[in-house]
Amino acid sequence: MCRRSGTSRPGPPTAENALTQTPHLTGIVRDGRLELAAAGSWTASHATELEALVENVSRQFMSASSATIDMRNVAAFDTYGAWLLERLTRAGQVLGRDMRVLDLPSRYEGLLAEVHGTNAKPQATPAGESGAVLALEATGRSVAGLGRDLVDFVNMLGALAEAVLRVLRRPQAFRLTSAVHHLDRVAWQAVPIILLITFLIGGIISQQGFFHFRKFGADEYVVDMVGILVLREIGVLIVAIMVAGRSGSSYTAELGSMKMREEIDALRTMGIDPVEILLLPRVIALVLALPLLTFLGSMAALYGGGLVAWAYGGMSPDIFIARLREAISVEHFEVGMIKAPFMALAIGVVACSEGLKVKGSAESLGLQTTTSVVKSIFLVIVLDGLFAVFFASIGM
Amino acid sequence: MPMAAAIESPAIRVRDLVVGFGDHIVLDHVSLEVRRGEILGFVGGSGSGKSVLLRTIIGLLPKRQGSIEVLGVDLDRASDAQRHAIERRWGILFQQGALFSSLTALQNVQFPMREYLGLSGRLLREVALAKLEMVGLDAGDGDKLPSELSGGMTKRVALARALALDPEIVFLDEPTSGLDPIAAEDFDELIKTLQQTLGLTVFMVTHDLESLNAVCDRVAALADGRVIATGPMAEMLRSPHPWMNAYFQGKRAHVLAREPSGMGT
Repeated sequence: MCRRSGTSRPGPPTAENALTQTPHLTGIVRDGRLELAAAGSWTASHATELEALVENVSRQFMSASSATIDMRNVAAFDTYGAWLLERLTRAGQVLGRDMRVLDLPSRYEGLLAEVHGTNAKPQATPAGESGAVLALEATGRSVAGLGRDLVDFVNMLGALAEAVLRVLRRPQAFRLTSAVHHLDRVAWQAVPIILLITFLIGGIISQQGFFHFRKFGADEYVVDMVGILVLREIGVLIVAIMVAGRSGSSYTAELGSMKMREEIDALRTMGIDPVEILLLPRVIALVLALPLLTFLGSMAALYGGGLVAWAYGGMSPDIFIARLREAISVEHFEVGMIKAPFMALAIGVVACSEGLKVKGSAESLGLQTTTSVVKSIFLVIVLDGLFAVFFASIGM
Repeated sequence: MPMAAAIESPAIRVRDLVVGFGDHIVLDHVSLEVRRGEILGFVGGSGSGKSVLLRTIIGLLPKRQGSIEVLGVDLDRASDAQRHAIERRWGILFQQGALFSSLTALQNVQFPMREYLGLSGRLLREVALAKLEMVGLDAGDGDKLPSELSGGMTKRVALARALALDPEIVFLDEPTSGLDPIAAEDFDELIKTLQQTLGLTVFMVTHDLESLNAVCDRVAALADGRVIATGPMAEMLRSPHPWMNAYFQGKRAHVLAREPSGMGT
């Protein structure tokens, strides 16, 4: 490695046009000896032509017992040229031919010697596998992955529960400032967009209701539909999906980049539990935020539904409110609100465990963030289904 | 040091360069020449603008005034094609390596080759492996991801990537920072060897007095936004400028006092 190449410092190619001359390699057989003459620039920009030349010449070794390569007329020479020259001599040596490189300008000798030491081991070509095997393997891996995901989820839930217990025993360990900060981010700062989206959704449901129910003269029941749908299902579902996309993803990205920069390892070495200081405040903020946002979102959706009923359905606000009072009960509202903290917990747990799975690369950060959002939305919908079954069976 | 016969344009010529951010002028009419085939060490205090100069030369930062010529081409007046051609003829080793984290070490080295050269798969693999071995890595390290490499290995892979297209100029931003003295010495040696075998021009921003002494033909010092001195190491040691004195004669420079012979004398 530390070979010094003598006194002469190789200058850069003396003329710019040395770089642009096409390379040549011609050979004649004389007395059973193959005499090769190289010319032109043996450089990166001509590597493809040069490789073809070298491969061509390698085939002529059959008719000769030894070969010389005259490098006198080479105008420029770099690692690419050096490697191809090396490849040529190795190809000859493998066949038992005596190979000699002649008259290589002295400034390039060091480079050739350097390249001579490389690629010594034969390369193991990666074994190609058929598509069917690869598909089977991928399926197997993802099934095993499902099981692992479940374990990770339960693991994270357990770690959080443990942290909660510890905090209950020692309340001063709770990071109130951090929790408030995250509450500000995931609740307060999310209010405008949540209000806007749920307002629009409420309006759309109401419009669709009037459009279709009018055919049966069932205008009044639009209020029932908007009220029940929004309070029980749509309000909490839309808000949870919004929060998963907005806050869950940012949790994963934050924790993931902390993981990448070894900040989490640093915390651990200081004897501080990252679950307690990083994850718990985030998840608690989320669990508090989602019911609040669900309440605001449901109200905005009802408001939007009412406005559309007035403007499009010709139902005055007085009638809408009176009808709403008859149609819905506190129970409907409770059903929606009870679901919210559980959905928040699912989003938080998924976001945190995906964040901690990030490895060193930027790609893995992106991958885990996507996974976090997809998984938490999926879980939110599954939870909603389970709750529907549960509430039906207890008669709520 | 005898003046090299200046028939050719210098590798890099910076004239009256002014670079600033807002009200803060970082480089105030800086002029500097890097001759072909030399290793120029560029020193200065932390935050003095060394990296700013490097980033301005390679076009990552805008300048306010002045001209930059690389390999005889004025980068302001160059057409896109000319600029592109110049970019192919330089390689840059970033301070943190800047390896693409989703590619393996070998793929990182292959990346510029793949973009520019259109080589066959076999040649691509062989040349990239040769480059990795030339910077002192094993062929087996090629399949590692950047997150699995140590600091010294990261620098080596980054150097192999900087050398991927056989450039004429290599910019090194603090190549030995974060390495232990033995690894740093190895790396210095490697730079010197590669510079000699490949005939490189090296522009090296550094803090490392040892590497200045060991590998640099000339040293340029930046202070107060100006280049206050250029010359071989021995001249630097004799400079009367107070900052130079503090830098080269400070406690940490005692290693130089023991063997005061600069390579470039």
